[in-house]
Amino acid sequence: MGQTLAEKILSAHTSDPVRPGEFAQVRVDVALANDVTAPIAIREFEKIGTGKVFNPDSVVLVPDHFAPNKDIKSAAQCAIMRNFARDQEISHYFEVGKMGIEHVLLPEQGLVLPGDVVVGADSHTCTYGALGAFSTGMGSTDIAVAMATGEIWMRVPETIRIVYTGVLQPWVGGKDLILYTIGKIGVSGALYKAIEFAGQAIDALSMAGRFTMANMAIEAGAKAGLFAFDDKTRTYVDQRATREYTPYAADEDADYAATIEIDASLIKPQVAFPYLPENTRPVSEAGNIPIDQVVIGSCTNGRVEDLRVAAGILRGKAVHASVRCIILPGSQQVYLDALREGLIEDFITAGAAVSTPTCGPCLGGHMGVLAAGERAASTTNRNFRGRMGHPESEVYLVGPAVAAASAIAGRITRPQEVL
Amino acid sequence: MTIKGHVWKYGDNVDTDAIIPARYLNVSSTKDLAAHCMEDIDPAFAASVKKGDIIVAGENFGCGSSREHAPIAIKGAGISCVIASSYARIFYRNAINIGLPILESAQAVREAKKGHELEVQIEAGTIRNLTTGKTYRTAAYPKFMLAIINAGGLVGYTKARIEERRRG
Ligand code: SF4
Repeated sequence: MGQTLAEKILSAHTSDPVRPGEFAQVRVDVALANDVTAPIAIREFEKIGTGKVFNPDSVVLVPDHFAPNKDIKSAAQCAIMRNFARDQEISHYFEVGKMGIEHVLLPEQGLVLPGDVVVGADSHTCTYGALGAFSTGMGSTDIAVAMATGEIWMRVPETIRIVYTGVLQPWVGGKDLILYTIGKIGVSGALYKAIEFAGQAIDALSMAGRFTMANMAIEAGAKAGLFAFDDKTRTYVDQRATREYTPYAADEDADYAATIEIDASLIKPQVAFPYLPENTRPVSEAGNIPIDQVVIGSCTNGRVEDLRVAAGILRGKAVHASVRCIILPGSQQVYLDALREGLIEDFITAGAAVSTPTCGPCLGGHMGVLAAGERAASTTNRNFRGRMGHPESEVYLVGPAVAAASAIAGRITRPQEVL
Repeated sequence: MTIKGHVWKYGDNVDTDAIIPARYLNVSSTKDLAAHCMEDIDPAFAASVKKGDIIVAGENFGCGSSREHAPIAIKGAGISCVIASSYARIFYRNAINIGLPILESAQAVREAKKGHELEVQIEAGTIRNLTTGKTYRTAAYPKFMLAIINAGGLVGYTKARIEERRRG
């Protein structure tokens, strides 16, 4: 019996080939932590007593959640990480001014590559599945162990294959595909499993769209969301890779736990209502939802392709008088690319605020926290109660096109309504 | 290990932002995190939870972020054990890794009400509802996980493995 992509990659990182359900010690190529999870990981790392990390080139530390330091407490957390990076001579520590949101930054810098096993103390580490890497989020103690030993325990997941047929409608992107999928299978629809995304619509999707989809695999409970390596992956990776890599492919006769077919040509722009990412419906059926804030960016939709879509809609228009529109480029490079393309000017002229890269409002941290009763349309990935601020505030998850259109209309709406 | 405590009951898909809101993640001390545990879905929890109490919840408990702050906050609040119908995988491994006992039993969950008293035997995998008198069996832990639990968590387990390798 053949192997799925996840089984192939994991087998290449263990002493013996693995099957779903087995527990294995897996070698890791990259271990990642951020300013929220690193302080606990460092505390646990010190208890293990190896003194040094297994390889200072394989550990990546990014202060992105509450950085630039939001308050004295966050400053202390960031300082713990900064000092550790210095003491351990970590090569990939990204200071404010060079940093980005981790899951935009790592692929962009060529630090995660096809065929890698990547573990991160952040649930959206699954984003790198877009490159054909097996990457998954874990807790701080796991990352402490990975930093100390270069290995981690894993239960090998079964794989669900989701095949998207057909050609996408206008204004439909990766975000709409993944929101639609989560609406269909539910927030625990892929619990303990890996997902392989495939089909004609996936082949045609940009790398940015694939990153968006892999990013939200966790919102269906999945351990990883993987894409096959193709020419698009090669073009993306070859401009960036800092080391050799090995792409893997699923076997023709691989054994899938389930195969789901979705006719992607029928999918319309989607919105997920509070307080779960599975509460999705087409924007055309959203009804009248006035909004106070729009957030465009994050690790889900903070790439230049996303900003291009949003700027294309906002260009020459004005953000609605009762809306605060906040743009969060995913990295310094994305910011610079957007600046050179004139997108930043489009945003500012339309009356939007452009932030330095940070997680900020995505987790209700800073730079756009909601008051009781306020509503946001956001291109982020979670709309749990209290996620962007007060427990009585609401987050509606959308793609960049719907977010930009909604910023102009002052309520959740389709791009067609404002153009 | 035998655990006895009263039930705090919650529904399906209790997410990590409900267990510990992200706005409090600029600290990592157990005491600070415990003080805000469950705040957005049950503001009374942190102030009235008693040492040894048990959280009982539905499907997909702990979904959302990878924050180990979630099981740390629960353990720090004095909760002795979590029983749910199912768990989000990162929460599950975090709980095992930090030594928070965690069991799966949809039936025990269905029949437990807030305030019921439960007695849990971790190794045997039995849950006894002392209020109703009913007993439930849960699936035993896989051998590999039991080794982590018996080592007091992943750090203890890893230290022992490193020591073993050193000795050859
Ligand atoms: S942008 Fe949001 S989801 Fe992404 S890493 Fe930051 S906090 Fe997490």
